[in-house]
Amino acid sequence: MSFVEYGDTIKDGDTAIVFLGHESMFPVKVQHGTVTQTKYGVIRHSTDLIGKKYGSKVTCSKGGWVFILHPTPELWTMNLPHRTQILYSTDISIITMMLELKPGSIVCESGTGSGSLSHALIRTVAPTGHLYTVEFHQQRAEKAREEFREHGVEHLVTVTNQDVCKNGFGVSNIADAVFLDIPSPWEAIGHAKSALKAEGGRICSFSPCIEQVQRTCLAMEEYGFTEINTLEILLRVYNVRTVSLQIPDLGKAAEDNSSTGFDSSNPSHQGSPCANLQEGTVQFKSGVPLREVVGHTGYLTFATKS
Amino acid sequence: AMEGGPGARIREGDCAVLKRDEVFKAVSVLRRRKIIFEKQWFYLDNAIGHIYGTTFEVTSGGNLQPKQEVEETTTDTKEAGTDNRNIVDDGKSQKLTHDDIKALKDKGIKGQEIVQQLIENSTTFRDKTEFAQDKYIKKKKKKYEAVITIVKPSTRILSTMYYAREPGKINHMRYDTLAQMLTLGNIHAGNKMIVMETCAGLVLGAVMERMGGYGSIIQMYPGGGPVRAATSCFGFPKPFFDNLHEFPLSKVQSLLSGTFSTETLPADPEESALVEEESNGLSEEKQISLQETEEEPATEAPMEINPTEEQDTMDMNAEDGEFKENKEKENKENVREKQIKQWERRKKLKEAAALLREKNADGLIVASKFHPTPLLLSLLEFVAPSRPFVVYCQYKEPLLECYTKLRERGGVINLKLSETWLRNYQVLPDRSHPKLTMSGGGGYLLSGITVVLEKGRPDSSTSEALKVEEPASKRCKLQDLPC
Repeated sequence: MSFVEYGDTIKDGDTAIVFLGHESMFPVKVQHGTVTQTKYGVIRHSTDLIGKKYGSKVTCSKGGWVFILHPTPELWTMNLPHRTQILYSTDISIITMMLELKPGSIVCESGTGSGSLSHALIRTVAPTGHLYTVEFHQQRAEKAREEFREHGVEHLVTVTNQDVCKNGFGVSNIADAVFLDIPSPWEAIGHAKSALKAEGGRICSFSPCIEQVQRTCLAMEEYGFTEINTLEILLRVYNVRTVSLQIPDLGKAAEDNSSTGFDSSNPSHQGSPCANLQEGTVQFKSGVPLREVVGHTGYLTFATKS
Repeated sequence: AMEGGPGARIREGDCAVLKRDEVFKAVSVLRRRKIIFEKQWFYLDNAIGHIYGTTFEVTSGGNLQPKQEVEETTTDTKEAGTDNRNIVDDGKSQKLTHDDIKALKDKGIKGQEIVQQLIENSTTFRDKTEFAQDKYIKKKKKKYEAVITIVKPSTRILSTMYYAREPGKINHMRYDTLAQMLTLGNIHAGNKMIVMETCAGLVLGAVMERMGGYGSIIQMYPGGGPVRAATSCFGFPKPFFDNLHEFPLSKVQSLLSGTFSTETLPADPEESALVEEESNGLSEEKQISLQETEEEPATEAPMEINPTEEQDTMDMNAEDGEFKENKEKENKENVREKQIKQWERRKKLKEAAALLREKNADGLIVASKFHPTPLLLSLLEFVAPSRPFVVYCQYKEPLLECYTKLRERGGVINLKLSETWLRNYQVLPDRSHPKLTMSGGGGYLLSGITVVLEKGRPDSSTSEALKVEEPASKRCKLQDLPC
């Protein structure tokens, strides 16, 4: 297995995802002889994991069970240890498409942060592309290098520990795309331009605050970028629920036979095939929005160097 | 290997996309072919050889000319008003008439000069605020300084174009929804993908772009053959199509039940492709070349045909007088050609069936006009465990049903029904705000991950469903950000 290539069976050294139930999962480093504790009991790597097919159900010592999943950048994003605020798959998806990334692309990124976007970029440009990622925090840069090694993708990425605003990406005239997620992106636009290929490329800057966006757009214009476009994207999730609504008691019509009012015994008046009589419930399936959702992550500004 | 990135040059025969501000149009690059785009007529001949991304102006002769970098002449007199309380819109503030402007255009006066003339002949210009002046100039420039950029097709360009121009052809799938599908589906080089779409081949093209020619794709299709109008616009190199297979939906049930045979082939794909062909601003030539990519040329003589017979045909030369004999031979050749084609099609069908039978696909993408439930329930059978799948639907309700049926089936986890909300912004100093219009909806997605399906256990699916669905009281306490 690797983050850039599917494998069928779990092997020693793999990073696998243990799925316990609805939005409850965690990554695990598969290793001979080790055990992993879960609320359903113990998982013994040597007997329960190694050699099993990905997607298998594993019964833990207390009797409960879990599923073992093949890692993907998306699952990694949901489960990675946060060293910084991260980008989630919704933003990552539109970034990937708008930067026109594909196998063979050369991408520059700063800051590396917790490596959420990095893993997704590496997956997209594999097997012939490369990611040059710059992180000014020494420990984070080292942790990122370590993770890329563990995940078998170190040949596709170069981590540089420096300040992109002062020293750029460490490469010039080779990138198809540049991504910036730093506090002062306008200070790195010049470096981004020189990292991009002479014939052109795409750039994206992610900023939570509109003031940052304004400065960045101005800088992009000054450096001759075109097609400058700012957008934001939000995810709306729906829970699928069967809902029952009670039919209110509106009393009876007059006792005599002349029925001027609502005839409750006529099913066509009820408006739904599942309806019971007047005092009953109507059932239906609904996609119910969550009570609280993410209202803002950041503004994404894209542009073209031509 | 990277072919034709930003450094690629415009070549004759390419499918290129014309861009003017936010308007796109896909065209075939052919010499001496008149193109109409945004009320302008021109030939693309002069564009050939330039790098994609170059911006052109249309000359009076209908030819393209690369736009020179001109110094923006800033209005020296920064005379401006403070607000519009005294500006009356009576339609009379512009002193140049339609005829005056036409005369300027006919004289060959450049757009920039026309805009300058309009400003000078506007009685209210200097009373406008600086922002209003800026807006006025931008508006006039957009109208009179018509520049066209020729861009290389990509998922980004084509999905934006289709959504703006022909959303009906792609089931109103907005481009950010497509972006989510590609990422949620973990589309990448080396995958074995199953794609079922009725989006003119746009989704297929997007998947192919993200796979870079590595791996394989089996496209499921309704009716006689897959529509790949948009796919041809991407300009993929020929090798990309080597591992692209297709399989008719009408044979899926037989494949699943083990009764599959190639005896009854679906209707001739060539005919179906002609009937279903769409012209999205593509000239006829592109449609014909699409046919060519669909039809696999018979490169090797099939085993049934007697080689000596063929040799005889080839040895026949024009000196042999009998016209009738030649005609008979011609008919025989047509029949033979048809047989060869049929043999080829059967062979390909068997190959595709074999690939599906392995039941080890790395993912499934569904984006069609059909109800998603029957598609998912059947096509998921061909997907390996621990692999993602994504279903697009223009409407939410069919996905509610799909979700329920998948829960009953079991073998899937992490089911999520979602849509994305997209908003564009105008960013200008002191004038930043969301844009005035926005898309009301871009479709819905149902995504999930397959797991080993345990059949024959009477209570396993219900217990899985119970385990996987969070009880209502706990839901409110979830602190994980849903993404």
